[in-house]
Amino acid sequence: MPDPPEQEVKLYQAGTFVVGNRLLDPDERSVQARTERSNTLTSGHRACQGCGEALGARYTLDAAMRATDGQLVATNATGCLEVFSTPYPESSWQLPWIHSLFGNAPAVASGVAAALRAQGREEVRVIGQGGDGGTLDIGFACLSGMFERNDDVLFVCYDNEAYMNTGVQRSSATPPAARTSNTKPLGGQPGNVFGKGKNAPLIAMAHEIPYVATATVAELRDLEAKVERAMQIRGARYLHVFVPCPLGWGSASHDTIRLARLVKETGLFPVFEAEDGEVTGVSKIRRRVPVEEYLKLQKRYAHLFGDPPNTKVIAQIQARADRNIRNFGLLPEDGEGADLPGEAGDIAGASPGAPDPVEEAEGETNLMRLLASTPPGPQ
Amino acid sequence: MRKQEEGSRAVAEAVALCRPQVISAYPISPQTHIVEHLSDMVRTGEIDPCEYLMVESEFAAMSAAIGASAAGSRAYTATASQGLLYMVEALYNASGLGLPIVMTVANRAIGAPINIWNDHSDSMSQRDSGWIQLYAETNQEALDMHIQAFRIAEQVSLPVMVCMDGFILTHAYEEVDIPDQAQVDSFLPPFEARQLLDPADPVTIGAMVGPEAFFEVKYLAHAKQMQAMDLIPEVAGGFASVFGRESGGLLRCYRTDDAETIVVALGSVLGTIEEAIDELREQGVRIGAVSLKSFRPFPLAEVREALGHAKRVVVLEKTLAVGIGGVASANVRTALSGIQLNGYTVIAGLGGRSITKESLLRLFEAAGRDELKPLNFLDLKTDIVDRELARVHASGPSGPHEENILRDIGVVAAEAH
Repeated sequence: MPDPPEQEVKLYQAGTFVVGNRLLDPDERSVQARTERSNTLTSGHRACQGCGEALGARYTLDAAMRATDGQLVATNATGCLEVFSTPYPESSWQLPWIHSLFGNAPAVASGVAAALRAQGREEVRVIGQGGDGGTLDIGFACLSGMFERNDDVLFVCYDNEAYMNTGVQRSSATPPAARTSNTKPLGGQPGNVFGKGKNAPLIAMAHEIPYVATATVAELRDLEAKVERAMQIRGARYLHVFVPCPLGWGSASHDTIRLARLVKETGLFPVFEAEDGEVTGVSKIRRRVPVEEYLKLQKRYAHLFGDPPNTKVIAQIQARADRNIRNFGLLPEDGEGADLPGEAGDIAGASPGAPDPVEEAEGETNLMRLLASTPPGPQ
Repeated sequence: MRKQEEGSRAVAEAVALCRPQVISAYPISPQTHIVEHLSDMVRTGEIDPCEYLMVESEFAAMSAAIGASAAGSRAYTATASQGLLYMVEALYNASGLGLPIVMTVANRAIGAPINIWNDHSDSMSQRDSGWIQLYAETNQEALDMHIQAFRIAEQVSLPVMVCMDGFILTHAYEEVDIPDQAQVDSFLPPFEARQLLDPADPVTIGAMVGPEAFFEVKYLAHAKQMQAMDLIPEVAGGFASVFGRESGGLLRCYRTDDAETIVVALGSVLGTIEEAIDELREQGVRIGAVSLKSFRPFPLAEVREALGHAKRVVVLEKTLAVGIGGVASANVRTALSGIQLNGYTVIAGLGGRSITKESLLRLFEAAGRDELKPLNFLDLKTDIVDRELARVHASGPSGPHEENILRDIGVVAAEAH
């Protein structure tokens, strides 16, 4: 594989809302750019270079800590996040944190929330977290139970689309055609099959819980804003964060943010918010790109780009992106991808963190429409 | 206060008196009446403050108890049978983390074939899960053991299972003495967590531990159970002085002082065993019984002292360790290491089969003549088993065991097959 093209380095000065800009007025800075950020997942952990999950967890938890004035407890499923953050005797966590099992992080969180309620300490909030395997597969019953009881827990899924901790096996969040350790492109198979998998955010919405949102680690102000919004609400909440995994995807460590941006710009991963089962906002595509731009950066799709390329499968993936764009109304009003000023950076928009209001569908609820027309699978 | 009450309800009232702060439960027979009554008491405010979580599985029930306990609340759940197995992964986690959760196990058989009636297969399968295991003989003792269980659990920071025979105890109406709140409060202080998820002092609980320290952490669980070995009789003694009756402890001896034959068993079957012993004693037979109340920790020294002078020991257990025979008997033999006596294992009462006094009398008389085999199956219908074994040995598909056996017995429903 040829070296990826050099990325243009841009330096940001006062006036941009780039997430790390510390030259902004203090009130306008991201949580992460503030001097009082809590470093909840502090440095020294053992995540891989370019780990999207470590980035997502850090931003999520720092934003949650700020929103709760540090009154936060976290539960964690088994997985990369747990392993790289707590190799005994070290711990990167600067908040009260418990890891119990792979499949029970939402239930443990429910128990913590119940205990705090019984103690009259409801100012202390609870966040549960896990990867896509711990959330969508082995922990799904506990997650659904926590949702339907409307327990006061924000559950965050860091979705890197496979079981990375055990060596990159397929999960129900693995996208079609992706190569994993057990979905290799062998015997005429295109990698992971089409038509399987599950869409956790839509299933969460079907529980009609107060808040569901998706985010990526490319739009970190958006992620922070969604965490902040989630912590303003009581009851069960779900945040699904797209986190590229250089090791599992065969992507360059320096492409983590780029991939997270491209997955949204292609339409493969809709970034949206929903309250009480109804979509309340979507992040529009700013510059629409074909799925190849996203796929080509990852060795897990390398089998699609041989000589000749597998145009049929690529077209199928493009069709999935197109369906998302239609179903979620991901393009701006004029139907064209519009470039915004400073578009190449990790800027969520001129107004940080505020997604655009979604167009109302006539005659049916958003969820009904999405459930009726969205193909299974996370993308 | 003395009243005539169902065992489940009595246990629920005992748990309520212990002021649990979080109860998480999933329904499974024969545990349901316990948690239904607790749910009522949370709704009416009789238990307050308390959160009752209606979870989606036993796995979640134990997981929520883990979270609640780690967050500093006194946590309780109850289960049985398949439910206990479904939470096994979380059982080991609770004990490994040292969380003082108390759980009732309404003892019930494990399928297949599915069966809702009593035996000890469920809790015995978890004897090595790191939980303290107490076995109640009567409803009064089940009630009392729950009050003691919270004390024991919280003092050594280990979870405790109180095992009571499903239906035989849980659904039996008996007169019980329910203590008053002031008595229980004087016996059981408020829960003070040994480890706490608290933003004021953030700790990491459940880190990944490698070969350099895992062994030591695991050893601690054993060492704490050894501490519990001293604590259990101490708590039972303290209980007797506050409540005025003997309950719990490591074991109880019945007419063993001069006994040549000693029967060892757990749970409610002791009542029938003692009746049989009384009859045999009237005939001059020197026979007694030992009720094992604490199975984990297993009181090796006390068992050795209680049994060491006997000529023969009959361990009667409601569990079958397939491929070897007994579970409790293996532990009893460990206690008797180096002592020469005849040891017999008797598997009885699986899946709720009645253990009658008549059968026990025949068994004990045969034992007295040393006519028992090392492993015996009380009231097993051997002709039925032999017929099915013959079918299995023949070539070709022989069909499901249950259907074949039912047809042999002549149950109408199986005839259409």
